[in-house]
Amino acid sequence: MSGSSIFIILVSAIFVNNFVLSRFLGICPFLGVSKQVETAMGMGMAVTFVMAMASIITYVAQRFILDKLRIEYMQTIVFILVIASLVQLVEMVIQKTSYSLYQSLGVYLPLITTNCAVLGLTLLNIQNDYNLVELIVHAIGAAIGFTLAIVLFAAIRERMELSDLPVAFKGFPIALITASLMSLAFMGFMGLV
Amino acid sequence: MNMGKVFGRGIVLDNPIFVQALGMCPTLAVTNTAINGLGMGVATTAVLLGSNLVISLIRNVIPPKIRIPSFIVVIATFVTMVGMLMKAYTPELDQALGIFIPLIVVNCLILGRAESFASKNGAGASIVDGLGMGVGFTLALVVLGVVRELIGFGSVFGMAVMPEAFEPMSIMTMAPGAFLALGILMAIFNKMVYSKSKS
Repeated sequence: MSGSSIFIILVSAIFVNNFVLSRFLGICPFLGVSKQVETAMGMGMAVTFVMAMASIITYVAQRFILDKLRIEYMQTIVFILVIASLVQLVEMVIQKTSYSLYQSLGVYLPLITTNCAVLGLTLLNIQNDYNLVELIVHAIGAAIGFTLAIVLFAAIRERMELSDLPVAFKGFPIALITASLMSLAFMGFMGLV
Repeated sequence: MNMGKVFGRGIVLDNPIFVQALGMCPTLAVTNTAINGLGMGVATTAVLLGSNLVISLIRNVIPPKIRIPSFIVVIATFVTMVGMLMKAYTPELDQALGIFIPLIVVNCLILGRAESFASKNGAGASIVDGLGMGVGFTLALVVLGVVRELIGFGSVFGMAVMPEAFEPMSIMTMAPGAFLALGILMAIFNKMVYSKSKS
């Protein structure tokens, strides 16, 4: 395996197949938690950590438990349980070690369980048959892409708070249209790899 | 509790997509054609019915502290069942929806209904609630699918309906089109609800 293929996986996960804007994974936090740049940043960090850990653990679970016992159909249940317990663990560790960070992330931590970007990432890892190095790079790329999208989007929404909109467009509709324009811009990366 | 009200709420007033904006990932991802939207809607409704029924039946046995993980296991079980059925009977749809079938597990709509309705109400009401929400979700998906397919491919449910001269705008079948179409549909829905509530 060459260094260039690793680089391609990274760039494609961040820009070309951006998890939020082109794969439609993690739309809920993207729309829900993106009213302020700061909270968006915190969410991005927490998701990054969970994604990296979940990728490694689900890989081990898939290769050494599900494949060995030939119970691949249990994949969904096993993966979601791994993610749920991981999120719980992260929550407990952060609470004990850094209470201020725990306070600022607050309610967003448990919500990571139902962030489809995490489960989607682990399923894509298995589907693409990545080895351990590749899937860690893929996870990091996906997490950077997610953080990038959500922080940029939060910055746009902060400014949009002040603009005068037709009543029917307030809230989600205009957010979605903004996302559409961002996604259009990200399509420009398509020829990159 | 009025069953008709419980059922109707999911379709218009509390429509999972247009009003609550729940379950957006599959909504945006699979609605490039009407038939995919319909398939996803029906699959989600089936899971929602199953999970609402089981959760409302075992709601008094689950300790409150671990209720969320328990709900997720129930939901994941139904998703696995629906996924296997679709692989066996509708392989084409299974291919088209791909990774978004296992991802029904993390559809916030299903967990949301489990938490806010099925864990507090009896089996009958929970089934009606699941059906109403499921139908509302499916309707929204089909509407979105029809709009995107019509503009993007010039067809509806695979049948060409646009005149020869119509140039399909394939952007509507891609990611930006999904966001744009849903944004505008939501605004139209808001407008209709507002004008109704005013009069």
